[in-house]
Amino acid sequence: MATPEATVATGSKYEPVIGLEVHVQLLTKTKIFCGCSTHFGDPPNTNVCPVCLGLPGPLPVLNKRAVEFAVLAATALNCRINETSIFARKNYFYPDLPKGYQISQYDKPLAEFGYIEIKTANGPKRIGITRVHLEEDAGKSLHDGLPDSSEWTSIDLNRSGVPLIEIVSEPDISSPDEAHEYLTRLKEIILYTGVSDCNMEEGSLRCDANISIRPRGQVQLGTKTEVKNVNSFRFIRHALEYEIGRHEEVIESGGKIVQETRLYNSGEGKTYGMRSKEQAHDYRYFPEPDLLPLVVDDSWRQQIIAELPELPEARRARLVTQYGITEYDAATLTSSRTLADQFEEAAAAAKNPKRVANLVQGELMGRLKAKGLEIEQSPISMEGVAMSADLVESGAISGKILKDLYDLAFECGEDFPAIYEKEKPQQITDSAAIEKIIDEVMDGNPKQLEQYRGGKKTVIAFFVGQVMKASKGQANPTLVNELLAKKLEE
Amino acid sequence: MNIELLTIDSARTSVLEKETTATALVDAFYARIATEDGAIGAYLTLCKERAYRQAARIDALADKGDALPPLAGVPVAIKDVFTTKDVRTTAGSKILENFIAPYDATVVAKLEEAGAIILGKTNCDEFAMGSSNENSGFHPVRNPRDHSRVPGGSSGGSAAAVAAGTAVASLGSDTGGSIRQPAAFCGVVGLMPTYGRVSRYGLIAFASSLDHPGPFGKTVKDVAIMLQAIAGRDPLDSTTADVPVPNFCGHIGQPVDGMKIGVPLEYFEDGLDAEVRAAVEFGMQELVNAGAEVIPISLPHTAYAIPTYYVIATAEASSNLARFDGVRYGLRSGEAKTLSEMYRRTRDAGFGAEVKRRIMLGTYVLSAGYYDAYYLKAQRVRSLLARDFDQAFTTVDAIITPTTPTVAFKLGEKTDDPLAMYLADIYTVTADLAGIPAISIPCGKSKEGLPIGMQILGKHFDEASILRVAHVAEHALASRLV
Repeated sequence: MATPEATVATGSKYEPVIGLEVHVQLLTKTKIFCGCSTHFGDPPNTNVCPVCLGLPGPLPVLNKRAVEFAVLAATALNCRINETSIFARKNYFYPDLPKGYQISQYDKPLAEFGYIEIKTANGPKRIGITRVHLEEDAGKSLHDGLPDSSEWTSIDLNRSGVPLIEIVSEPDISSPDEAHEYLTRLKEIILYTGVSDCNMEEGSLRCDANISIRPRGQVQLGTKTEVKNVNSFRFIRHALEYEIGRHEEVIESGGKIVQETRLYNSGEGKTYGMRSKEQAHDYRYFPEPDLLPLVVDDSWRQQIIAELPELPEARRARLVTQYGITEYDAATLTSSRTLADQFEEAAAAAKNPKRVANLVQGELMGRLKAKGLEIEQSPISMEGVAMSADLVESGAISGKILKDLYDLAFECGEDFPAIYEKEKPQQITDSAAIEKIIDEVMDGNPKQLEQYRGGKKTVIAFFVGQVMKASKGQANPTLVNELLAKKLEE
Repeated sequence: MNIELLTIDSARTSVLEKETTATALVDAFYARIATEDGAIGAYLTLCKERAYRQAARIDALADKGDALPPLAGVPVAIKDVFTTKDVRTTAGSKILENFIAPYDATVVAKLEEAGAIILGKTNCDEFAMGSSNENSGFHPVRNPRDHSRVPGGSSGGSAAAVAAGTAVASLGSDTGGSIRQPAAFCGVVGLMPTYGRVSRYGLIAFASSLDHPGPFGKTVKDVAIMLQAIAGRDPLDSTTADVPVPNFCGHIGQPVDGMKIGVPLEYFEDGLDAEVRAAVEFGMQELVNAGAEVIPISLPHTAYAIPTYYVIATAEASSNLARFDGVRYGLRSGEAKTLSEMYRRTRDAGFGAEVKRRIMLGTYVLSAGYYDAYYLKAQRVRSLLARDFDQAFTTVDAIITPTTPTVAFKLGEKTDDPLAMYLADIYTVTADLAGIPAISIPCGKSKEGLPIGMQILGKHFDEASILRVAHVAEHALASRLV
């Protein structure tokens, strides 16, 4: 059989049905069932104890902070928190699973019935979230990279017992683009809550995708496959595109999709079925007898969600009304909580907050776009924007000079304060020098001089302007006024 | 000094009053173990260094004239399912033959804090699975009262050590009767506390929701003192209850007049040996003589207890024993070429037949398509069994039954018939399933001179009442037990 190409024919007679399972590591200091550190990157097997090593006898004790983080995330995802949830054992043998089971949640998860709103070509769409549950991470099998890797697989159990939440979506996602958008929004929301760094390279956000296709208009779902081992949002999109193409080709050629788990190979851009032996799992879930049911009563829940920050969507709406910026710019400014915080702090510190917003929108965004930079990569920080806004506000620099300084900042890759320090117009405060300029201006404008001396005192403004222009804006305005008044009267 | 007759109080007093030293007691017990235990096989490991270190600590306290803790200088034995730091813990299994834990079980630490001296680790059925101690991965234990008979199980070594006078008291664990049944067979007192009363931290799990650590002693008072030392909430075990721990010894010696004692009809039906029945009825009569009122009751779901127990216990066991995979510690078969072959060979070589049988049974009842029919149904029946007791305890203060249907049987008698072996626990599994406390005390002897046990069951966290009843019965029956 020819290998299907990773393309999705537009206007295909098939409709993809996609559901995503996302694992997010929680940023607690210690593990979910013991006091070991969760710190990433420490030497192998240094953050371990009898509990997370799966030695016989020790018992799990639930980390309260992990529960709080999970409740925060689930609430941010519009879930209902179940007052009572139950931990369950998921049983399977694997060398990096020290107890031979993972403590997870099964039929009574921590939270259910949530959703995320995403933008699609056809307008906003709600993607349902079936459940959010708490579980422990497994260790890592190290197959290569160690001196004796040709002989052994080594196990690092530092990650064993790190708290995770699993976020399971409804099969509401209809295209690889929607999947990408869902993941982007999901990550943004989780980052806002601060409960995870969502760092895909370090594995603190992992995604598996369930995909099936069905003829458009058909209610009954097709046979699904599960795609694992995808470590970027871009690859998820590719993997889904590839799978959709493969499903279509199999079905079109009269074949049947086999329900199976497939691994994505990012190098080749293809998915491969795992050997059926490896996926014949019956996890034999049953309630974890070593832990009591988890009760998050209303007062604890209220206490937890008091920590919940304003979420991206709400913040975007507020920035639009409060600062009069476009939705597009508001979206950019809220793409991370840190950036939005920086923006709002800078705006609040500036004399005119709206001017900060206007500068971001009018001067910063265009330059970033032209240079192909993300806002996080901007040479001019929010503090820099605020400083420039104040300088314009006080009349110390003109709008023209500000533009020049911004250009310069982007050219040199330096922040505004540094550029301003270097380039700020040197004021002429030497009276003799200013008098010399005044003399020249007076000599060059006898008509106006005559008007002034004839009693039309307002002409002084003309002279001030001319002197400033002649000094390239560098003469001290106070001195100019003072000296002009004197000279004109002479 | 006849050390085989020592109780906790007399041992402690002898150290306190300088009749002897803790070190001399340890010497004497190790000497007795050397002469007596060869024929019995109660001990798997002796921890002499640790014992003498603790004895020296107690002797130093006694020399200074400091107040001595409640178990000061008392030599005890620990069932080998409790982990002991730097001392091998095998759970009676070849798969852990050389396993040394880097931590003490909470109960072990608490006993030492209370001044007890740990002599060693006692033999048991592998992973506490068995009713005769013949499932030990090392060697069976013989009943000190009759060496041709089993001591019961799974805590056979701990019961036998107390019966043989090679420890003053000991710790066992009870999942389906593993303290009370061997206590009955060996003629000692065995107490299973309420689930959640005593920490399971460091107890190598058989069935987590059924495992109860508890003490053996020669007397009711001894198990009360032991319970006092090990009871209480443990932050390392989430299933321990945050309830007050009463002064158990304060209830010893209280009269029973006016107490209502239930006698469940279902425990006196077919299969109960006539001599056992007669001895238990005699014991009940003594309590009536002491002023208690005996009331016939019914625990209607009793007949389902054994199958319910073997579904839940094996389900949990199949999961609890998954960690013994040869990857990180314990036995690993070196002959395997693939991962799954390593698992298979390791577990085949490391586990005995009964453990394998229970892992398979437990795996089956949790499997897709069978879970509802077996595990879930068993959980429902478990609730019904617990409700039987709850209802009974609305009218009675304690319940009395035989501990076992028969006296100790012969070695080899039931090894080929697992179902017959499982029925040895028919009167004990109910309390494990309900999580209520129960005690077995000697109440007589068969014509052959074999001990018979009487079981007293109580309400959740009401060990005090059953200790009180047991103590009255113990004294009333003393003359029959000589």
